[in-house]
Amino acid sequence: MSDTAVHSQEPQLLEVSIGPQHPSTHGVFRMNVVLDGETIVKLKPVMGYLHRNHEQLAENMSYLASMPYTDRLDYICSMTNNFAYAMAVEKLAGIDVPERAQYIRVLMAELTRLINHTLLVGFLLNDLGAFFTPTLYAFREREKILDFFEATAGSRMMCNYFRFGGVKADLPAGGMEQVKEIVKNYSRFLDEFERLLTSNEILRSRCQNVGILSKELAVNASITGPILRASGVNYDIRKVDKYSIYDRFEFKVPLGKVGDVYDRYYVRILEMRESIKILQQLLKQMPEKGEILSAKGAAAAKSPRMWKPPAGDAYGRIESPKGELGFYLVSDGSPKPYRYHVRPPSFINITILEDMCLGQKVADAIVILGSVDIVLGEVDR
Amino acid sequence: MFGFGVLKGMSVTLWNFILSYVYPKKGITTVQYPEQKKEVEERFRNFPFLVYEGAPDNMRCVACDICSKECPPKCIYIIPEKDAQGRVQKKPATFDIDYAICMNCGICEEVCPFDAIFMDHEYELAEYERLSSLLYHKEDLLKPVEHFAKIRPTDYGRIEATRAAKGVKGRAQPVAGAPPKPAETQQSPPATS
Repeated sequence: MSDTAVHSQEPQLLEVSIGPQHPSTHGVFRMNVVLDGETIVKLKPVMGYLHRNHEQLAENMSYLASMPYTDRLDYICSMTNNFAYAMAVEKLAGIDVPERAQYIRVLMAELTRLINHTLLVGFLLNDLGAFFTPTLYAFREREKILDFFEATAGSRMMCNYFRFGGVKADLPAGGMEQVKEIVKNYSRFLDEFERLLTSNEILRSRCQNVGILSKELAVNASITGPILRASGVNYDIRKVDKYSIYDRFEFKVPLGKVGDVYDRYYVRILEMRESIKILQQLLKQMPEKGEILSAKGAAAAKSPRMWKPPAGDAYGRIESPKGELGFYLVSDGSPKPYRYHVRPPSFINITILEDMCLGQKVADAIVILGSVDIVLGEVDR
Repeated sequence: MFGFGVLKGMSVTLWNFILSYVYPKKGITTVQYPEQKKEVEERFRNFPFLVYEGAPDNMRCVACDICSKECPPKCIYIIPEKDAQGRVQKKPATFDIDYAICMNCGICEEVCPFDAIFMDHEYELAEYERLSSLLYHKEDLLKPVEHFAKIRPTDYGRIEATRAAKGVKGRAQPVAGAPPKPAETQQSPPATS
């Protein structure tokens, strides 16, 4: 090493490109990081490796035909993607949803929230170095819910289950027992999960006071979902908007205090417990029998290419497990949408990655990225 | 005490470790795949197949082209048969599905007015080559209606009941009429589950 390098007053900055195939990046994602020693002084997320032209594709086909494509946005939570899209089209065309279908929809959405948060916690621990034990426990529980999805919708991940004005098919024989079993056992699994993780000193020292996101910045950057609530902002679209039948259930919105990685982890655990509460109430209230597809919706499902919603625009949004997922549709009265826009929570949440990472160590950047909970299918679309 | 949380966590992994040996039924959730196979669910859908009744020549498909137009990734390709005078017959001469493109959404099955195409349970379809071997032609796609009755008895019962109520093969469509059969029917409400 030359003398000038050692004694130079200027900091020796090093530019590292992490990704696009790093095991912890949850997909094909790249971070261009400028390092001073081990401290991050600049970070630039690079995305678009998984771009599939989702919006333009949807503008060139019938309304129903983009339903299976929405599954592939956030491939972990296909049911909630369907939900948001179906809501947008229902608003656009003024289709009402029968009672039982509403309950099935909320049932699916809350099960999806359980899947997403369980998996996220598993993968966050992967990023922390607890290699695959928590992830496989998470997979084990997720499997039970996926089995139920398969029995109901026909597919495990790409469900394509929602239709405009209802759902595709009723619950199968024995489906209710399957759900009751899942709901009954899930809080026991969460207890086990927490015993494994929450009080673990290594997890605490790696997560507490790392990647703090302030309330003001979170609001200004229009962050939604568990990350926003971990920073202490009480905003949940299920409570604010009361879409579908969420006003019939009692549940709390868990909030964090500090806004660090640990809070983001813990808010999700608490949210899962609230989801179980919703599911318990839902199973009591759910009508035994009933229509699952309204007459207007059945017409739209039978010949999608002929079905024309009236001209106008609509925005349907739900609280997806990752944040506010919205679909904005403009119709010109033809069978294809004139404009189709997705508001993906992952993409907007990833924009604050640099602010959270500045001044942190490079190993923490991976953990912070894991706690943001992105799915690249949704970021790049 | 520092380190207590780690020990508490380790007790969980230890418990799961013991459970997998003492109660394998409860502790082990994996299946040794090629040797053991899990039963697939009745509604499981993978790739579409065409239905025929009796002989492969007597297929339900009338080449109306609805499925190929509704198919989101456009993986179905149909050419109707023509007779000696060049008139279009209600039967496909070519019916190709590119399994490499198909994304298993099941929309073709939902929109088919003649109940001619259904989703199969077959899932071991790996090939060494991805172009010609995954392009399935009419001969590969045709399966008897009994196969459908075997894999999805509930749906078969429901669909046969609606077909019997209508008398024949679904509703008349502007693109292609119902194929010649003793009891011709008119428009009836769309069948929904």
